[in-house]
Amino acid sequence: MLRYLAGRLLRAILTIFLVIAFAFFVLHLSGDPAMMILSVDAPPESIKAFREAWGLDRPLWVQFLSYIGHALQGDLGNSMRDGRPAAQLVFERVPATLAITLPAFALKLFIGIPAGIYAALHRNSWADRLTMMVSVAGFTVPSFVLALVLVLVFSVQLGWLPSAGSDKPTSVILPIVTLGIAGAAILARFTRSAMLEVLGQPYIRAASAKGLQWRKVVVDHALPNAAIPTTTIVGFMVGTLIAGAVVVESVFAWPGIGRLLVSSVSNRDLAVVQAILLLVAATMVTSNIIVDVIYGWLDPRLRRGGARGR
Amino acid sequence: MDANRAADRAHPGKVARFFEAWPPLTLIGLAWIALMVIVAFGADLLAPYSFTGLDLRARLLPPVFMGGKWTHPLGSDELGRDVLSRLIMSIRLSLLIAFFGTLIAAAFGTAMGFVAAHFRGKVEALILMLIDFQASVPFLIVALAVLAFFGNSLVLFVMLMGLNSWERYARIARGLTLSANEQGYAAAVRQLGATNVRVYGLHVLPNIASTLIVSMTITFPETILLESGLSFLGLGIQPPLTSLGNMVGYGREYLTRAPWIMLSPAAVIVLTTLSISIVGDWLRDRLDPTLR
Repeated sequence: MLRYLAGRLLRAILTIFLVIAFAFFVLHLSGDPAMMILSVDAPPESIKAFREAWGLDRPLWVQFLSYIGHALQGDLGNSMRDGRPAAQLVFERVPATLAITLPAFALKLFIGIPAGIYAALHRNSWADRLTMMVSVAGFTVPSFVLALVLVLVFSVQLGWLPSAGSDKPTSVILPIVTLGIAGAAILARFTRSAMLEVLGQPYIRAASAKGLQWRKVVVDHALPNAAIPTTTIVGFMVGTLIAGAVVVESVFAWPGIGRLLVSSVSNRDLAVVQAILLLVAATMVTSNIIVDVIYGWLDPRLRRGGARGR
Repeated sequence: MDANRAADRAHPGKVARFFEAWPPLTLIGLAWIALMVIVAFGADLLAPYSFTGLDLRARLLPPVFMGGKWTHPLGSDELGRDVLSRLIMSIRLSLLIAFFGTLIAAAFGTAMGFVAAHFRGKVEALILMLIDFQASVPFLIVALAVLAFFGNSLVLFVMLMGLNSWERYARIARGLTLSANEQGYAAAVRQLGATNVRVYGLHVLPNIASTLIVSMTITFPETILLESGLSFLGLGIQPPLTSLGNMVGYGREYLTRAPWIMLSPAAVIVLTTLSISIVGDWLRDRLDPTLR
């Protein structure tokens, strides 16, 4: 287990390094930020000064090494727009994003998983059909359409909730609901099919054949086994806590990471975009590792067999 | 209930048998997809107005179902452009992008899967690492960064859409090829002296094609959603071109005064992705019962 974890950790670090390198080279090769920030018709002297100030006149690999060197010490460079440290700018936005993604995550778990389990246990009932219908919608309705329809109904028609911004305490409701509904639908679908798969296994029949109460069969035998595939999806959702709200934040003018990303991308603010990509990759990779550890805890076979889970 | 159904199956009527093979929902889905394809091909003939044609005397007209006139069946926007004509052009562009995006993803991903399964060792490790890398960053974010920094062209945009889901095909093709290589037929053809291209292109590919086609019904709607999401954020298709997401993003500013600008493209996005998902589920049951 320890060796497995060490290998996993090494791969995670390698992945993060790849993300940093990819972001660095793509963003630096794509054009001259000096032109973007200062505008194309700026005098050559000031463009030259700008390049020198930001170290853009050095060879690319020197810039990359110095970036990595600083990054290892926790310095992700400064924003080219307002000169503040990029890491600080990004971390300032984290609470706002988490304020909508965490409640949405809870919503997904508390609606999606019970709905999926209930649907599987009452296969072909009206509740099952309803769950499946809603969950198909969760896959096919893009979040910006759902968001705009909710705004149309609850802000424009009924006037109950603010349509955008973050100044009122009720502003938070529509973004959370938008993110939560879609995620819950997806989770319900996965939980249902995981449950159905498990319920069809011989050991479930054996457990009920030996006279165990159905409730006990479900709780002790079916649920723990169905938890394994469901964990994968939940883990993926944890990974998107930081970056999963780009579109929704943009619709509701919510001041989180997503909007910072969209605005710094259009401003060509290299350091900020890089810092966000790094944060996103780190979150995804960490949640993947946590999922792997939970696998080992849920499924003793994986614990003994090492990396067989993949 | 099961006994009843078994009895039904033993003596099904002609109609029942037909609907068993072609469920009504699937037929509706297929009909909608057919309609979209016809619209995409006949866009120039079907559009009643030029999609960029302004008519300042006919601004923000409501659609027929909201009390408007048949001159503009789906209403007009704030520059007096006909929403129906714009919708038809948007359907064409969005479907075109999704089609080529899916094709690129399938071709590139399958090729990578073959390469990984053929060479094993370091090459395979490298491709698996690329797959991991793709899975570790949400693609919307990568696409945002690339588009904004490289500037936007239709070709680049379509390539990006193709990069979105190649890893799904790569994983599937690699897995299936590994097991195909264990089977007799691939070894037999190879013994007969067939080249690698021949073995993979003419023998392995047809054997794994059904699974790949089913995957395409999953990535096609995903590509539509990604394209419309990026265009909605203003970083995808740029005016004067118009796509479904672009129309929704634009209509969002007139949400209170003219919700129809945004509603009709939104409905087309939802119905199209829904139809493809339903047809894809049906195809999966027919072609590949092992996939779930």
